[in-house]
Order: sequence, then C-alpha cells, then structure tokens
Amino acid sequence: MIIQIMVIVIVLTLLGFFIRNTLNNLELLGREAGYGFLFTPSNYDINQHLIEYNSRSTHLRATIVGLINTGLVAICGIVLATIIGFVAGVLRLSSNFLINRIVYAFVEFSRNVPVLLWILLWHGVMVHSLPHPKQAVTIADVSFLTNRGFYVPKPLLEPMFWWVAVALVIGIAGAAMFARYSQKRQEATGQRYPVIWINSAVIIVLPLLAYWMAGSPATLEMPVFKGFNFQGGLVLTPEFLALTLALAVYTGAFIAEIVRAGILAVSHGQTEAAYALGLKSNWTMRLVILPQALRVIVPPMISQYLNLTKNSSLAIAVGYMDVVATIGGISLNQTGRALECMSIVLSIYLCISLLISAFMNWYNKKISLVER
Amino acid sequence: MKISKYLSIVLAVLALGVTGVSSAGTLDDVKERGHLQCGINTGLTGFAFTDDAGNWQGFDVALCQAVAAAVFGDASAVKYTNLTGKTRFEALKAGEVDMLSRNTTWTYSRDVDLKLTFLGVNYYDGQGFIVPASLGVSSATELEGASVCIQTGTTTELNLADFFRSNNMNYEPVPIETNEEARNSYLAGRCDVYTTDRSGLAATRASLDDPENHVVLPEIISKEPLGPLVRHGDDEWGDIVRWALNVLIIAEEKGITKDNVRAMAAETQKDAELNRMFGTEGEYGAMLGLSADWVVNVLAAVGNYGEIFEQYLGVNTDIGLARGVNALWTDGGLIYAPPYR
Ligand SMILES: N[C@@H](CCC(=O)N[C@@H](CS)C(=O)NCC(=O)O)C(=O)O
Repeated sequence: MIIQIMVIVIVLTLLGFFIRNTLNNLELLGREAGYGFLFTPSNYDINQHLIEYNSRSTHLRATIVGLINTGLVAICGIVLATIIGFVAGVLRLSSNFLINRIVYAFVEFSRNVPVLLWILLWHGVMVHSLPHPKQAVTIADVSFLTNRGFYVPKPLLEPMFWWVAVALVIGIAGAAMFARYSQKRQEATGQRYPVIWINSAVIIVLPLLAYWMAGSPATLEMPVFKGFNFQGGLVLTPEFLALTLALAVYTGAFIAEIVRAGILAVSHGQTEAAYALGLKSNWTMRLVILPQALRVIVPPMISQYLNLTKNSSLAIAVGYMDVVATIGGISLNQTGRALECMSIVLSIYLCISLLISAFMNWYNKKISLVER
Repeated sequence: MKISKYLSIVLAVLALGVTGVSSAGTLDDVKERGHLQCGINTGLTGFAFTDDAGNWQGFDVALCQAVAAAVFGDASAVKYTNLTGKTRFEALKAGEVDMLSRNTTWTYSRDVDLKLTFLGVNYYDGQGFIVPASLGVSSATELEGASVCIQTGTTTELNLADFFRSNNMNYEPVPIETNEEARNSYLAGRCDVYTTDRSGLAATRASLDDPENHVVLPEIISKEPLGPLVRHGDDEWGDIVRWALNVLIIAEEKGITKDNVRAMAAETQKDAELNRMFGTEGEYGAMLGLSADWVVNVLAAVGNYGEIFEQYLGVNTDIGLARGVNALWTDGGLIYAPPYR
C-alpha cells in the first residue's frame, strides 16, 4: 500500500512537471494548447469509413472514423484469434503425433516472430502476389480477390429488415428461457431435452421465417469492375486483411498456449472421478473439465485481447486508417497539434484498456472458486 | 522503419516536455558542435540521394552544404537526418535539426500556425499525377474511381482531396509514408496513380526501369513553392540560410561559378556588389557572424544556383527538368534574389 501511494505520488509529480514544462515551452513557441481544431474541416480523405465522412468533415469525425476502424480490427481480430487459439490449443493436446507437431510448429513460429513483421509480410504478399483488379480471381461468381482488396457482395437492408432483427432477439430470449426450464426439469426429474438442437433451431428458424414473411427485405449489391476498380459491394482492403489476419494468428498462437495450459491445469483425477461417476466423456469435458479450465484460461486470455487491441496501432505500418493514423497521424501532421492529438490517442487507448480490465476483474470475481 | 519514425514524433513531443526550446543562438550551437544538422528527405533522385561513396548529394542537399560552407568554410561539415513528410516539422521544432531543406511547400498555416520560418523558394513546383501509359489516361479528369497513392503529412494529400471533390470524382486514397514506398506500391499496382510535386514525379519516373511506360499527366493542381526553413524566432540563423540561398542566385546572375569564384575574388571587381560578396569591401560577413569570405566558400563548394540545378535536375540528368519557371528573372523565370547591399 505504501509503495503504491509512493508510486502514484512520483508519477503525478513527474506528470505535473511534464505538463508545466510543455505548456511553458509551447508558450515560448507562441502556441497554446487547445482542442478547437477538432471542429474544423479535416481536409483529407480516408479510404475506409463506416460512417459518412469526406474531406469537409471535422477532425473530430476523422477521429471517430479512425476509432471505428480500430474497433473493427480489434473485434474481428479477437474473434478470429479466439477460434484459432482454441482449435490450436486443443489440437496441441492431441495424441496424434503428426497433428501435435504441426500445431506445435505453427504456434512457435507464429508467436516468436514480431507481429510487425507478420503484418508487413501479409500485406506484402497480398499487394505483390494477388492479381490486378482487371485479372481478379473470381470466387463463386460474386466475390473478387485482387491486390486492391477482397470484394464481396454487400447486403442492402430495407426498412422491413427490422422484423428479422426482432425475430432474432425473440429467438435468443426464448432459447435462454427454454434452457433454464430444461435445466430445472433435469434437476427435478433427471430427464433432459436435446436443448442444443432445439435452441439452435429456434434461433435460426425464427429469423428466417420473419425474413420470408416480410418479403425478403434485403438485396445484395454486387461489386462490378468499372474503369479502374471494382465499384459497389463491400471491400476488405489488403491493409485491413493484413492487419487483422496477422494480429489474429499471432495472438491466436498465444491463446493456444493459454488454452493448453488451462486444460492441463485440471488434474487428471477430475476426469477419472467423473468417469467413475459414469459421466460420458464429452459430458466430462463440458461439465467438469472446461468450467475449471476456463477459470485458468480467461484472465490471461483477456490480457491477450488487450494486447491485440493495442497492437492494432501498428496499422500505421501498412497505412490502415485506424485512430493512430487519423487523429494521431494525418490530423496531427496537418495541424501541428502534436500534444493535443497524442493526448487524444493516449486517452482512447487508456479507456479501452481500462474497460477491458474492468471486465476482466468482474469476470474473475464471478468465476473464482467458492469455497464451501 | 516507419515505426521508428513514428516513435521519433513521440520522442519529439516528449522532448518538448523535458527540454527547453533552444533560444536564438542556433549559430553558436552549430559552431560549438562543429557541424550543421540538416533535415533532408528519405531519398528522392536528384533532390537527395546517396552517391557511390555513400555521401548525400542533390539539389536540396546542396543547400545544406552551402550553409555548412558559409559557417565552417567546409561543405562536408553536415550531419544529415532523413525525415518523412510526417516527421520533418517535429524534428525541426525539437531541435533535432537546425534547418530543413526537404522539398517543403511554403504555406500559410506552416508559416503562421506551425510557427516555421520559410527563407525563400529554391524550386517553384506544382502537384501532378503519374500513371502507367498502359492505362490510356490522358487527363487527370479521367481518374474517376482510381486508387491514388499519396504521401501522408504533405500538402499534396490535401490538394488531392480538394481536386477530386471539386471535380465531383471519387477515388481511393492509399496513404503512404515515403517516396520509396509510394514507388513500390505504384509499381505493384496497389494504386493506379501516384501524385506528388511534379519535380518529385520526374525524379520518381527517372528512377523507374521503364520510364517510357509512365506518363506525367498535364494537369498542375496546386502551387508548391519549395524552400528551406528554420524555427520561428530563430531570426539570426534564418538570415544565414536565407542569404546562403540568395548568394547562389546572385552568383548565377553575375556569372560567378564554382570554377571562377576564387580567381574573381582575388581581384578587385568593377561591380561593387561582387566585392561586397567576396568580402573585399565592407564588413558584410561579420554582420551575419560569419567570416568575410563566406560567400566565396559557399560558391567554391557548391557552385551557383544554375550550376546546382543543371548538375542534379537539369536536362542532361536522368530527371531532365527544364528550368521553366525556375529560370532567373532575367530569363523570364521567377528566380530572383534581393541585392547584396
Ligand atoms: N511539397 C510537399 C510534398 C513534399 C514531399 O514529401 N515530397 C515527396 C515526393 S516529391 C518527397 O520528398 N519524398 C521523399 C521522402 O519520402 O522522403 C510538402 O511540402 O508537403
């Protein structure tokens, strides 16, 4: 406690010193810190914007566009990394020698090369070895792979599509209720419904039904080659793909090790005890091993999610317009507001990190062993 | 590499937090250090490139050499720092370099808001586009929907947005950090077009294996007066850089060359301006805090403006740029220096 307080005091003092000195120096340079520029036109274009944006939009909007782009990479990266990590982690424990070794090689290779190199490698491969849009590789007649990106059809949703979303929500809620009911029933009578099957059906069929009844309220916009590029459709740029894939594989390799360690941490006696009670082996995994393994797996995994999110700032290496490249890059450079822009970028990352760790602490508390 | 440059911005910001801003005594600092720190670009044929011996050479580099010759009488007393469009101003402001000579456009906000002092123009330029001849494009107005490689942190990035917006055209900007990367992306076909200062386009084109297969489009979409700069408030030092450039121009006007300058300086000239420049009349060098013969040293080291232009950019080089608007005012161009009086 004493040490913590001391550290805080020292940090605050240093911070104060920095801020004071900086403000002094800025004053000497005849500049004052201020965020007014955020509301002036940015004057530059951003190639990937999920919200309306053009060069007349403000620097603030450019920041938000960048933040959304960061979020997109982080979320896609986290989902992919988790899948890769779980598959590789479980396969790593396989008794099949070949699989085991291949996965081992993959994991070691992925996580022992700096992620920046992976990003540059993926990007280089995509830009240099994929064909020009004119000679695009056509996939299933509707998607096109080129060195300018992967073009896929884009769903255009009509207002009636709302009903599908509503149906999905109802389906999920219904499934949750049914799961609880069947749990109760099992505890009372020992009988089980095939919950997984029924629930999957409910969650899938209900929205499909709604979609059909609302008269198919969505169309697909196809990418078509016109002039220099494919126009229309949805494009995943090489910059986005390289960044997301590199981060996912790299972080996935770490997650694989975490998953493996988590499963190994549950002592073999638990399995034997479950078998002795007559549990089938997949039930043993689901009801005995995984709940205990998760307790070990989740905290380090969340810190991997945190790492992935922070590493996404390497976007700048391939020119992906994330929050560092927009407000911390072009805006900073064009306005010369280095301190202001960097302070915004730093606070954004700080907030993301704090949010994720708050969630981790909450989850940790929730799943920690309750001693009886 | 890019990351390290990025880091340098952060460090520069931090440096602003820890160190004091260097005061007016840049000349003293430079003299004490024994060499000039000059910010140049990361490599652009003709403007800043390394020769076979690994030394930096070029049109922009020559200005650094001229300043070093003015201060030390030794054109090689320079430490070069390669700066991208993004890192250059922070590096200058943090005192990492004493001056910038890096095809930098003089603009209102850089001058007034970024607090930089531009000391003149050594190349009047404008922004253009280069495309592979195979695209069959003959005007920039045909570029609807194209992917355009663009160096971030430059004026050209802003002009590009304005140009496409005012012509109601769409495009995909492909942001890139250095000229070298832009060249690679352009060659790999990541973008259809590369846009930057036309001098830079000519230089880039000259560095291609097949320059004949690439065309610079006729449109000039902006004014890009390029010149050297120092920090605001660094006036005495700024004077030295300004006059190092001016004497190069006056020398061309007066027919003083690298080869004849020493001989001319040895004799008293009829034209009193020459005597003032050579330091044989008045105390002009001392006014700048330099030696009396500083102009002689500069010209003997790098030659006059015209010589530098011909050596690095002129029609007999790979780049092959004509003087055009960069001819002397006496030849109908814009290159003009105030009198040395
Ligand atoms: N004049 C423009 C652009 C300057 C610029 O960056 N030019 C490019 C190409 S002409 C360059 O010098 N590149 C060399 C490098 O990447 O360092 C400005 O001042 O913003």
